[in-house]
Amino acid sequence: MNVEVTITVNGTAHRLSVPPRTLLSTLLRDELDLTGTHVGCDTSSCGACTVLVDGDATKSCTMFAAQADGSSVTTVEGLASNGELHPIQEAFREKHGLQCGFCTPGMMITAVQILERNPSPSEAEIRSGLRGNLCRCTGYHNIVAAVQHAAANSGGD
Amino acid sequence: MVATFEEKTDYSVVGTRPIRHDGLDKVTGRAVYGADVKLPGLIWGDVLRTDQVHARILSIDTSEAEKLPGVFAVVTHKDFPIAADVEVETGEEVLNMKRTQDNVMASDKVLYRGHVVAGVAAVDRNTATEAVRRIKVEYETLPPVRNVDEAMADGAPILLEDLVGNHFGERVPNTNVAIAVRHEFGDPDGAFDECDLVVEREVSLESVHQGYIEPHNATAVWDENDHVRVWESTQGMFAVKEQTAALVGLPDSNVTAESVEIGGGFGGKTKTYLSPVAAILSRKSNHRPVKMVMDRPAIFMASGPAPGGKVRVKMGVTKDGKIHAFDGKLRYEAGGYPGSSFTAGINCMRAAYDVANSRIDAYDVVVNKPKSAAYRAPGSPQVCFAVETVVDEICDTMGWDKMQFRLDNASKEGTRNGNGVMFNRIGLVEMLEQARDSDHWNSPLGEPAPGRKRGRGVGVGFWMNGGGKSTVDLMLQDDGTVAMNEGSQDIGGSRASIAMQAAEVLGLDAHDVHPSIPNTDEIGYTGTTGGSRVTYATGFAAWEAAIKMVDEMKVRAATLWGIDEDDVQFSDGMFSSKSDPELSLGFKDLASRLGDTGGPISTTSSVNLAAAGNAFGLHICDLDIDPDTGKTDVVRYSVFQDAGKAIHPSYVENQMQGGAAQGIGWALNEEYFMNEDGSMANFSFLDYRMPTSLDLPMLETHIVEVANPMHPFGVRGVGEVPIAPPLGAIPNAINDAIGVRLQEQPMKPGRILEALAAKNGG
Repeated sequence: MNVEVTITVNGTAHRLSVPPRTLLSTLLRDELDLTGTHVGCDTSSCGACTVLVDGDATKSCTMFAAQADGSSVTTVEGLASNGELHPIQEAFREKHGLQCGFCTPGMMITAVQILERNPSPSEAEIRSGLRGNLCRCTGYHNIVAAVQHAAANSGGD
Repeated sequence: MVATFEEKTDYSVVGTRPIRHDGLDKVTGRAVYGADVKLPGLIWGDVLRTDQVHARILSIDTSEAEKLPGVFAVVTHKDFPIAADVEVETGEEVLNMKRTQDNVMASDKVLYRGHVVAGVAAVDRNTATEAVRRIKVEYETLPPVRNVDEAMADGAPILLEDLVGNHFGERVPNTNVAIAVRHEFGDPDGAFDECDLVVEREVSLESVHQGYIEPHNATAVWDENDHVRVWESTQGMFAVKEQTAALVGLPDSNVTAESVEIGGGFGGKTKTYLSPVAAILSRKSNHRPVKMVMDRPAIFMASGPAPGGKVRVKMGVTKDGKIHAFDGKLRYEAGGYPGSSFTAGINCMRAAYDVANSRIDAYDVVVNKPKSAAYRAPGSPQVCFAVETVVDEICDTMGWDKMQFRLDNASKEGTRNGNGVMFNRIGLVEMLEQARDSDHWNSPLGEPAPGRKRGRGVGVGFWMNGGGKSTVDLMLQDDGTVAMNEGSQDIGGSRASIAMQAAEVLGLDAHDVHPSIPNTDEIGYTGTTGGSRVTYATGFAAWEAAIKMVDEMKVRAATLWGIDEDDVQFSDGMFSSKSDPELSLGFKDLASRLGDTGGPISTTSSVNLAAAGNAFGLHICDLDIDPDTGKTDVVRYSVFQDAGKAIHPSYVENQMQGGAAQGIGWALNEEYFMNEDGSMANFSFLDYRMPTSLDLPMLETHIVEVANPMHPFGVRGVGEVPIAPPLGAIPNAINDAIGVRLQEQPMKPGRILEALAAKNGG
């Protein structure tokens, strides 16, 4: 028997009927076609599936869609607003903070939360904040640099 | 005949750092990766993976799975035609199609835990998974062969009864050694007697995985005309096309591989696992499109790893600081089927050192592990570990400076590598000199936190780089921008590095060349993105296609001006008459007037480059060790590498950093941790310990540019080299810190504690 899920994603309200075992990542990707949320491991280890659930960076591969009932979710597709990239998106693009791009959506969502909690993080604080998101391409160097760049551009110092 | 090019420095696009063309798609979530593909009527595929490590398949009963509502098809090896017993070049390695088919769908035996035995297509993924659970397989369990020593022991269980080994030219049946080969010149045995110091060590390595974050995936449709269309995350869409065709029994031309974004590969996505299964499932499901995605345990247990094995090195030096004799022996785990990276291991083993008396023996050994795959400079890190730690020990024993010793013995143009091949122009000496003179090498170590020990190590690594086949099409637009089709999958910014080479010739901005990667029917043959070949070979094609475009535009300008085409010149983005200074047109102005001169301009270039420019890297690592826990922290890290010419320096640096990070993980923590029964124990990202952001410092990069004379801009290739040097720099730094020479990888905390305990007497 399906469950009803009411969920606001990137500002749009949805009412969906899905099997109870549907994961939030599956709902976003398969039901709402928001394929920018990537799935790399299914076990919360890689962080590619990270989205904001009521403002908290959350690994959507290990949360049931039903648990997100009533929540407001932001995915990578919802970061830009009014035709402008989010400063984090701009920074990852400008500072070459990606290679293959697969971890990038989850990495950026986590970075958004880092900067919301601390607009001027140190390198160590950025690395600590990103520790749940694996990148296999970059060695993290340009990712850390991109977050630093976004912090500087967003008024942090 | 290989063309040679003069080195130039006055570039306007090459060497700059434009934002990549696909950057916007990748920061907005718009980029379409393989798992994002959706088609009308899509159904899901799944596979049964064996829990056996080594077993004979007695029977497969699929009847209960077939009865489950929602199931469209169940397939086993009986649904596949028997693939030809032929070898096919895949860019980074050679694959035997019959063995590859057995690897994709087991026939008589399973050779590792996770080996696919059957496949299912069903209405949704949960139904497919449930159907897989209902398949019953009877096995005769066989004893596992877990490593090269067990595989080569007398009376070892034989994995492949039909394998006839080639052992130094002799055909040998009933063996687990597929190939044993020797490269020898000079008189190594005699030369060792003339040495003042001989050091001999053997290192052992576990399998490691490429660890790409994107899982393997494939979607396939087998239509009513027997044409198959596949979408697979791959480094080579032509490799997917060829392998799928061979495995499902169709001509190459009946398979089209579509281009999708790839979420990392590092060599592990050069062979196909899922497309042939998805295609056969589609055929049996009334031609519905079938989508398959591997889960992470399957990725670890049944795809990829780089070979573990053993590498022995014996090196002799004379007291004047010269290496006089070398004897190496490498034994690599191929996995369940032949084909480890042993050849590249030979090529890389002592490439950095000029030795007159040299022998290298290499063994390709089948064991009960997943078929090994290429992993970034495949075969190079393993030999780097052995050779670079022996070099370090020799320098310590003799009191020699580690940079000077490497300079005194450095390979140069004309030096004979361990495989017997003479080097072309290489930049090893220039790179060593930059490292020797660097801030890092000349800075004091600094003080670690109280109780910790700090050490510094250095390691040198090598890769041949690749050439091969590539195609680029350029299509001039009315507005003077250029659309570019190329056949290389873009893993790390190669759209930009290829477009930039066309833009340089055309006098355009990098962003005026618009790159696309179409499907295999829409672009000429292009080899796999691997072996550090793309910026070199596909870039070469872009350069050549751009020259053709300029030549054609000169003809059009001549037509427009009513002058002889030999009178037209092109420089700095302007076409002009050599004889009449009044006649000149900018590139974009001329492009807008093509209609008056004979229609659109499209040019193409297909190249097959026989040779590539070899490259070396050197890494300096400072690390701290906590003697109480054995934990290692890398505190400063520098990467030096000869790129030939960095087309896009940011992406070159990014390759150097990414490769170093993988090599650091390989050296310190990553391994296939095997159970007693030969199955992998740590098949998740939690237990397979790849570096996180907390494990690494910022990675300092130093691009050395010694132009490759075989490329118009001097490109060598950069992706492979940086994974190798950490396997030397890290153990050498550990020895510098705590005075123990570890000979087993990974150099994890427990191993360091054991070594410290042994050193301290207990």
